[in-house]
Amino acid sequence: MSGLTKSPWIIHYDASSCNGCDIEVLACLTPLYDVERFGILNTGNPKHADIFVVTGSVNEQNRQVIKNIYDQMPKPNVVIGVGICACSGGVFKECYNVAGGVGQVIPVDVYVPGCSVRPEQIIDGVVKALGILEEKRAAFAAESKKGTDTGANADAKKDGGN
Amino acid sequence: MAGRIVVPFGPQHPVLPEPIHLDLVLEDERVVEAIPSIGYVHRGLEKLVEKRDFKDFVYIAERICGICSFTHSVGYCKAIEAIMDLQVPERAQYLRTIWSEYSRLHSHLLWLGLYADAMGFENLFMNAWRIRETILDAMEETTGGRVIQGVCKVGGVRRDISDAKLKEMTAKLDSIGGEIEDLCHVFFDDASVKHRSVGVGMLSKEDAHKLGAVGPVAKGSGIALDLRQTGYSAYGSLDFKPIVETGCDCYSRCIVRAKELAQSVDLIKQAAANIPAGDIEVKVKGNPDGEYFSRVEQPRGECIHYVKANGSKNILRERVRTPSSANIPPLVKMLEGCQMADVPVIVLSIDPCIGCAER
Repeated sequence: MSGLTKSPWIIHYDASSCNGCDIEVLACLTPLYDVERFGILNTGNPKHADIFVVTGSVNEQNRQVIKNIYDQMPKPNVVIGVGICACSGGVFKECYNVAGGVGQVIPVDVYVPGCSVRPEQIIDGVVKALGILEEKRAAFAAESKKGTDTGANADAKKDGGN
Repeated sequence: MAGRIVVPFGPQHPVLPEPIHLDLVLEDERVVEAIPSIGYVHRGLEKLVEKRDFKDFVYIAERICGICSFTHSVGYCKAIEAIMDLQVPERAQYLRTIWSEYSRLHSHLLWLGLYADAMGFENLFMNAWRIRETILDAMEETTGGRVIQGVCKVGGVRRDISDAKLKEMTAKLDSIGGEIEDLCHVFFDDASVKHRSVGVGMLSKEDAHKLGAVGPVAKGSGIALDLRQTGYSAYGSLDFKPIVETGCDCYSRCIVRAKELAQSVDLIKQAAANIPAGDIEVKVKGNPDGEYFSRVEQPRGECIHYVKANGSKNILRERVRTPSSANIPPLVKMLEGCQMADVPVIVLSIDPCIGCAER
């Protein structure tokens, strides 16, 4: 499985971005930048994804959509907020329908500021996210190992009872 | 007959780079009705005119949409300039035309790629986006930004392009001309492209007119509606005709956009050959007072910027009518009676730009 650690699958959702960052996310996948050669794929299915790339800020309509996608992703996973809007709301911060950055709804691990973000920056962000993903996976593995040693079944029963 | 079922399409869907939600009412595999619901990208930026002064608002206007950003700033600046009666220098008008056409090239190549992707033609998608990068390089070299340029301002433009650079740009366009031709050839003649798009998503000329279709959607249904013919910026002194197809289907809309690539290249060459020397901006004094409807042709069609001002530094009202919001009613019409498997192709065929449509 070690080969998979450097080839995360990505799901992208446009929260309320102006498109500028979205087309740059797509530009990362296409021939000039071509992250697909490393096996980094853009998938449409949250259940297949390791990294959640969100562009744009949060509003009342999409708050639940972002949460749903995040909840459907297998853990451990990493969230990247791409673009200044995903960080804080950016130029639209004062708009009546903008609640702020993506951090308001789900925990964000990497912020990539910029308006619009350059593909190089997004790739940097993904590389950074890979490190975090590895740490999370190690912690997750240690946690589940501990679980088997001390009798995970007993714990599960106890949780189920609660 | 089978019972009806409702399939939700979006807001997060593999074929959609942007969120729009459609409730598709199906009878077996046939779509009986499509009910759109929007609001996932609404920011409410028109209201920001109360907080930003009229010169700063150009930045906001540019960020209505990251794909048609330059044409939005042109539309807004044109409205303010008309209210304030500013005479924008000829050279600035030509530069705006050149950058507008570069935006169109990048937008259409982007769309052709996404359209190929919606059909499952990955190779074609990658090829279109590969060519698009040379257009973005030219944008970045001349304006400093890849997708958001920030180069248009009230009274002119911020940067000049030297004559040597213009020559280099046209030479570059010549050198990729063959590649664009090859790409278009696939869209025109490839059997699988035709199979997915000929006769799919029909919109008759009457319906297009009645439902207010604009841009390539109207042009693909035989309506010669091209705002560049009104001669804003430097379009009045350039020679071109709107491209019209009469097939009324997804294929025609695709052909219109593919042919507009060659047209844009030609317009850039004409503008680069005729650009006059001189200033690139005029000084702006005072505040705007009055109202104006400015209409420009974006890659997706007619875009209207309405500005109302009362002489203070903040304008009173800015209203934008974007081509994508105008094209949603025709889209709903096209979806009626289509096959479920054709929905992604039909949705893509209007070139939906939700960032624009909801603002």
